[in-house]
Amino acid sequence: MTDSTELATGGPTPDGRTPGAVDTGMGADSRVTSDMFGATFGGDTTGFGGLVRPAPADIGTPKPYGGWFDELVDTLEAVYPGFADVVTKVVVHRDELTLHVSAARVAEVARVMRDDENLRFELLSNLSGVDYPAQAERLHVVYNLTSMTYRRRVRLEVAVTTEDPHVASLCDVYPTADFHERECWDMFGVIFDGHPGLTRILMPDDWDGHPQRKDYPLGGVPVEYKGAQIPPPDERRAYA
Amino acid sequence: MTVTDPYAAATRETTEGRVYTVTGGDWDTIAPDAAEERLVINMGPQHPSTHGVLRLVLELEGETVTQARTVIGYLHTGIEKNLEYRNWTQGVTFVTRMDYLSNAFNETVYCLGVEKLLGIEVPERATTIRVLMMELQRIASHLVWLATGGMELGALTAMTNGFRERELCLDVLETITGLRMNHAFVRPGGVAQDLPPGAVEKVRELLAILEKRVPLVDQLLTGQPIWQKRLQDVAYLDVQGCLSLGVTGPILRSAGLAWDLRKTQPYCGYETYDFDVPTATSSDGWGRFLVRVQEMKESMKIIEQALDRLQPGPVMVEDKKIGWPAQLALGSDGMGQSLDHVKKIMGTSMEALIHHFKLVTEGFRVPAGQVYTAIESPRGELGVHAVSDGGTRPFRVHVREPSFVNLQSASAMCEGSLIADAIAAVASIDPVMGGVDR
Repeated sequence: MTDSTELATGGPTPDGRTPGAVDTGMGADSRVTSDMFGATFGGDTTGFGGLVRPAPADIGTPKPYGGWFDELVDTLEAVYPGFADVVTKVVVHRDELTLHVSAARVAEVARVMRDDENLRFELLSNLSGVDYPAQAERLHVVYNLTSMTYRRRVRLEVAVTTEDPHVASLCDVYPTADFHERECWDMFGVIFDGHPGLTRILMPDDWDGHPQRKDYPLGGVPVEYKGAQIPPPDERRAYA
Repeated sequence: MTVTDPYAAATRETTEGRVYTVTGGDWDTIAPDAAEERLVINMGPQHPSTHGVLRLVLELEGETVTQARTVIGYLHTGIEKNLEYRNWTQGVTFVTRMDYLSNAFNETVYCLGVEKLLGIEVPERATTIRVLMMELQRIASHLVWLATGGMELGALTAMTNGFRERELCLDVLETITGLRMNHAFVRPGGVAQDLPPGAVEKVRELLAILEKRVPLVDQLLTGQPIWQKRLQDVAYLDVQGCLSLGVTGPILRSAGLAWDLRKTQPYCGYETYDFDVPTATSSDGWGRFLVRVQEMKESMKIIEQALDRLQPGPVMVEDKKIGWPAQLALGSDGMGQSLDHVKKIMGTSMEALIHHFKLVTEGFRVPAGQVYTAIESPRGELGVHAVSDGGTRPFRVHVREPSFVNLQSASAMCEGSLIADAIAAVASIDPVMGGVDR
């Protein structure tokens, strides 16, 4: 993905921040387009080549976040003593609030967010994993909490390495995390400490590997269609 | 030296050959120390009463279930992984196949996620068509629940009636999209094509039929003593249990909490429609039945309003870098790209041809970031967590399937009840295994 060609326009400033970059919290690397549609061969016929797509800087959104986001973060900071240590980054993107927290203490944060009367996130709506192979802590676990009282949604995100993929289980706080965490273990190999029975849920019990990781191949066979051989989906041409 | 086996069958020689005489013994002479009679049985994954390929591992004492576990994964198709190898628009074709009874919901929630990442607004007509499709499908889905649930509990007329009415709904969906199920009709940026001529009239005809026939369900089942006894006080789960287990949808509303995302966190303009959220307070299978029947009537109200507010207009975003360039028309070999459109882009508009080619081969780029969107499907909160790295393919899409989450409550509902009530409990959850396993 990364093109090493340094171009004069739009590069990062000396302090490492890209002007005008929106931090999406993804921490992806920057890209230089070779032409408007991203073709990697031949000359640039579009005149749009050489544009640097700014890399999202690995920093949080600065305060104020806007709307009820400030109120929520301030409340959490006031009622949760470990806030400064545990919450590493706050990101606001597409009108959604994400709190990046440390993997070992996510259950503490969730308990406070569930119980405090000004937060009241009663429902764990969703838990999913994401694999960012470009990052050192490549396995992310993303929690979507819903407050039915205040009708708000917030996202917690933790990141761990593949060598030490331990995340505190949320089963004690939200029993619904049971199936979700089993799925995340099955698909990404994240180990949830404190889960009552972390076994595979979708794949067979004796399966090797964790299929949703980016280095796990999709697999497939070429098929013949109207006389032509169509390669399997992961070998077809991809446009970055 | 020979050892005699006390359990060996006695033999004697006859002219026909050797004949064995096998005798049995009483269980207590074989295992006198067995204190309790505990039986672990597998129900499914191929069992007519488990609502698809669901396997229940039940631990029984007599006929009482002491422990129930659900084993899933028999329908796992790797849809989420497959999405990462297709472009954003092709993703619709995959997600529509997850929960195969609520295709329009899967498509819409996925597209709402992609549109939020793109930061675009879809035209009003497209949104209204989406609402229309979703509510038609909600009725169809609840009718299938009534049909399969009724069949599992022995109410066969509920099955035949439910599937009959559902087929009428599917006929209308087929008129609109070309397919009974798995429509892939809702696309990022709008819908695939405008309503065909006569579709509005067909929907109105369907409504007229359903006005008569949905109340028949009430007459057939609500007063029926067997149906009442199979469902009342069975599969109890109160609000606290629902929230801790993440259960949403009709199960939560049957416990008395009027939580419906169409009202509480509106999307697709649901705040402008006039409808009620039916609830019950019994927290049991009976309440879920009443809630679902009422919801069908509310959906009919919404469809009526959606039909009234359909105004002519575009059904796909104007942005030519995103809007799918299809101009479909009926040709000699079925529905396909309109020949007039092909003639226009091939003959007169180089720009249109390039855009068409690029969008179809590569797809559009979606700005990096992640979003979570949720809508109210017939089974509860259906959510999509979509992550983009700025490319033409989804980086990761995870679907929060209400069937998957709600199925966790099966243990809580079954344990301590009779095995026959376990069937009623699973039926009242209404899990769709295509959604559970994805």
